Amino acid sequence: MQVRVRVPTPLRRFTGGQDEVAAEGESVRSVIEDLERRHPGLKERLLDDKGELRRFVNIYLNGDDIRFLDQLNSQVKDGDDISIVPAIAGGN
Amino acid sequence: MATISQSSPRSPAETKPEVVPVQRAPSVLELIGNTPMLEVRKVTAGMLRPGVRVFAKLEGFNPGGSVKDRPARKMVEVGLERGELRPGKVIIDSTSGNTGIALAMVGAVLGYPVELVMASNVSRERKKIIEAFGAKPIFSDPMEGSDGAIRVCRRIIEENPERYFKPDQYNNEANSLAHLETTGPEVWRQTSGRITHFVAGIGTGGTIMGTGRYLKLRNPGVKLIAVEPDDPMHGLEGLKHMASSIVPGIYHEELLDAKMQVSTEDAYEMVYALGQVEGVLVGQSAGAAMVAALRVARTLKEGCVVTVFPDFGDKYLSTNLWIGWQQWRRERLQKIVGKWNASTSVTT
Repeated sequence: MQVRVRVPTPLRRFTGGQDEVAAEGESVRSVIEDLERRHPGLKERLLDDKGELRRFVNIYLNGDDIRFLDQLNSQVKDGDDISIVPAIAGGN
Repeated sequence: MATISQSSPRSPAETKPEVVPVQRAPSVLELIGNTPMLEVRKVTAGMLRPGVRVFAKLEGFNPGGSVKDRPARKMVEVGLERGELRPGKVIIDSTSGNTGIALAMVGAVLGYPVELVMASNVSRERKKIIEAFGAKPIFSDPMEGSDGAIRVCRRIIEENPERYFKPDQYNNEANSLAHLETTGPEVWRQTSGRITHFVAGIGTGGTIMGTGRYLKLRNPGVKLIAVEPDDPMHGLEGLKHMASSIVPGIYHEELLDAKMQVSTEDAYEMVYALGQVEGVLVGQSAGAAMVAALRVARTLKEGCVVTVFPDFGDKYLSTNLWIGWQQWRRERLQKIVGKWNASTSVTT
């Protein structure tokens, strides 16, 4: 499944400045793994040592917070939109 | 609220503070400042040498609920004095929250309309408080963070420059002047001049620049340590990762003795500890400041470390700060405290 991922300012140093990148996967977790292959360094900013979503990172799948879906196991479809949004407004 | 005056010039620990009821105030603006200072004893228990103490200014006691009341009042006062703000004009600024609340409060008192540009992902409580003071929130793209809010604010002013007065907390020296005139003298007085280290987070840099300048004037040996997030991608609302940010014009790094980086996770866990162990519920920037203050204090044989808790925690109850905190409760406090010491790093 190919999806579009919106990248916030503090993570654009990993995507060559792009605010939107393509990635593939069956779930949000596998999309993140694919992002790491294409843009090394991203995964560590999104997931903690245990592989869980960092507390201060929100990920939206087609506008829905994945914490209210199936978390990182949320399934994705071709053409889905994923947004990575820092949980705060200050400091970047 | 009450103010605390020192009854003798001895060390803070020896001094018995005399609580004096505040005078009747004709305006809420006159209740800004003179915040109490708390000795943080329980979170630091068993971790410091006997001659080392850690104190925190509880800026949540300001009437607008944060340290930002101080620069907001001062920037508006200076704007009025210079004629940059006058009847018919609107106060506008970009803010991630507390400055907006403070400007909204000041505008309400003085009768000036206030418009505030903020990323739409600031906490729900903050938006509501700003509206309750009668100010108008304008939302910018959350993907662009506070720098995005700054750019939107610039565009609005460019379209109608005569309509607005922009305090511009990032570049207005009145921001740090507020701290030079109030926070600095208060810290000096409340520690009876015994302060050795001042530790504060950097958002605009106003607190550490202004307070720091005052303290260095009184005693050049006082060390200034600025606290920032350890990564551009962080969850410490109100703090800036300077290397990846638009550097504020009022921020002069050469004044600092050191910078300390704190992770979001460590700051959050400190917030939990302060609430459950110390009985003080604060925001995440206070958590970061306390992690850094503790890290500094642990290295000292003797000293008086003062930090600033910019606000209380009630504005953050709906935010990501509280995701996963139950897990923290299950872990042993001492284990976490050990991690704070191991995982913070200092750069000079």
